[in-house]
Amino acid sequence: MSASETRPAVEVSGLVKRYGSTTAVDGLELRLAQGKVLALLGPNGAGKTTTVEVCEGFLRPDAGRVRVLGLDPRAEGDKLRPRIGVMPQGGGAYPGVRAGEMLKLVASCAANPLDTDWLLDVLGLTNALRTPYKRLSGGQQQRLSLACALVGRPELVFLDEPTSGMDPQARRLVWDMICALRGDGVSVLLTTHLMEEAETLADHVVIVDHGRVVAEGSPTQLTTEDPDTQQLRFKARPGLDTSLLTAALPEGCHVAEAALGTYIVTGRVDPQVVSTVTAWCAQQGVLAEELHVGRRSLEDVFLELTGRELR
Amino acid sequence: MLLAHARTETKLTLRNGEQVLLTLLIPIALLVGLTLIDIISLPEPRVNSVVPRVFALAVMSSAFTGQAIALGFDRRYGVLKRLAATALPRWMLVGGRVLAGLTVVAIQLVVLGVVALVLGWSPSLGGVLWTVLLAVLGALAFGALGVLLGGTLRAEIVLALANIIWFVLLLAGGIIVRAGSMPSGFAGVVELLPSGALTEGVDLALNGGGPGWQPLAVLVGWGVVAAVVAARTTRLT
Repeated sequence: MSASETRPAVEVSGLVKRYGSTTAVDGLELRLAQGKVLALLGPNGAGKTTTVEVCEGFLRPDAGRVRVLGLDPRAEGDKLRPRIGVMPQGGGAYPGVRAGEMLKLVASCAANPLDTDWLLDVLGLTNALRTPYKRLSGGQQQRLSLACALVGRPELVFLDEPTSGMDPQARRLVWDMICALRGDGVSVLLTTHLMEEAETLADHVVIVDHGRVVAEGSPTQLTTEDPDTQQLRFKARPGLDTSLLTAALPEGCHVAEAALGTYIVTGRVDPQVVSTVTAWCAQQGVLAEELHVGRRSLEDVFLELTGRELR
Repeated sequence: MLLAHARTETKLTLRNGEQVLLTLLIPIALLVGLTLIDIISLPEPRVNSVVPRVFALAVMSSAFTGQAIALGFDRRYGVLKRLAATALPRWMLVGGRVLAGLTVVAIQLVVLGVVALVLGWSPSLGGVLWTVLLAVLGALAFGALGVLLGGTLRAEIVLALANIIWFVLLLAGGIIVRAGSMPSGFAGVVELLPSGALTEGVDLALNGGGPGWQPLAVLVGWGVVAAVVAARTTRLT
């Protein structure tokens, strides 16, 4: 392989960005390999959008090194922009413009654009072709924005919360698109706070909080690091006295009523533990519903790392 | 790219009801009304005195108020960022808007000119050529001021200010009431406003011996200063 093939699509090191006295990004490191999908996951205000906008060349970093397709997005933006696709968070069209016109306009800025009618059809926007932007639904606006990001046949796309405001059907459609992009060798950097989105799409998940990377890895790596933190979840009548169950479980296992009527046993879950739990339920005369043994969800990892408080 | 951008912007302006009201219907109503109804005393033929006022108003309406409001809302809707993220070079982002603004001014002046001809206006060729030059300079100066306003503040504030300034300049900026009819100290100031300079210039071009250097210099001055400041203050969102 030549050097350009092995060079990462996005490489960020020591990135710092401040707004006045607030530090939005604080020494962030990021590496997106070519042809892969990286999900930047984090609570609101974690610095996801700022990071993406630095990579797109919209913001000047206060410190750190950023290379996108081997280029400096600020100094070499004119060379970079024809090669990337950008889906900003919300908006991105004239309020009165028709969906078809907007896509044609963005297509006219590209050297070798995709066929706009085909793209609108793929994204289910054909019947909105002549609808003014401000009358499109939130999900349609997002899909148009995605179309604008893709119409120039980019090598790399930045998608800032691509599925926010979409119904489940539209979300699946966009997920399929992103998988197809990866299949075509396009690199994708997306931000999201949907765990399912990150788990479904990403080769590499980077969890950021307060402008720093707090964890990263493949979704599987992130959720199975520790065999002692497996979970057994079940639903039953709320308010059961779990002290007998705690006593019966092997050492290192804990049980808690995480939400009303949802019980979670944490620890090394083996067949013996499952049997103990069901036996205890039988003693209590309750039926354990939705009994599920599994690794932690990405959401558990996320909440553990970023805390449970609202921001 | 440039033409596609300019064409889209022009179409959007002409499709927007409020913009059409501001840029065409109000000037046409004033042109017809002031010519046919004896509200303010004007020398005969009245249309010759009305045309410079209405041309100046039309340029101010579209290049300043229309541009400022459109830009304010385009920023709100993230259009500038969208286009800035494409391969469209930065100068074309500005160039497309300028070209669209000049196209709209050209359409306005042709429509208003035809209405004026019907009302008995009979300009000289030299006067028309000077008027075209003044209209271009006026559109650029007002356009730069419009970008200065629309590119910095929140959309709602832009909407309010752009309309208030339009109204103030129409009444007190040398358009309806000409600088010559104002108290002498005030008149000197009004002639230095872009509205006053454009009205005086077009009037001297069409009804006098030529615009002279002052209106041209005033419009160029406003245009350059506003453009330089706007280039520093305009934000994409």
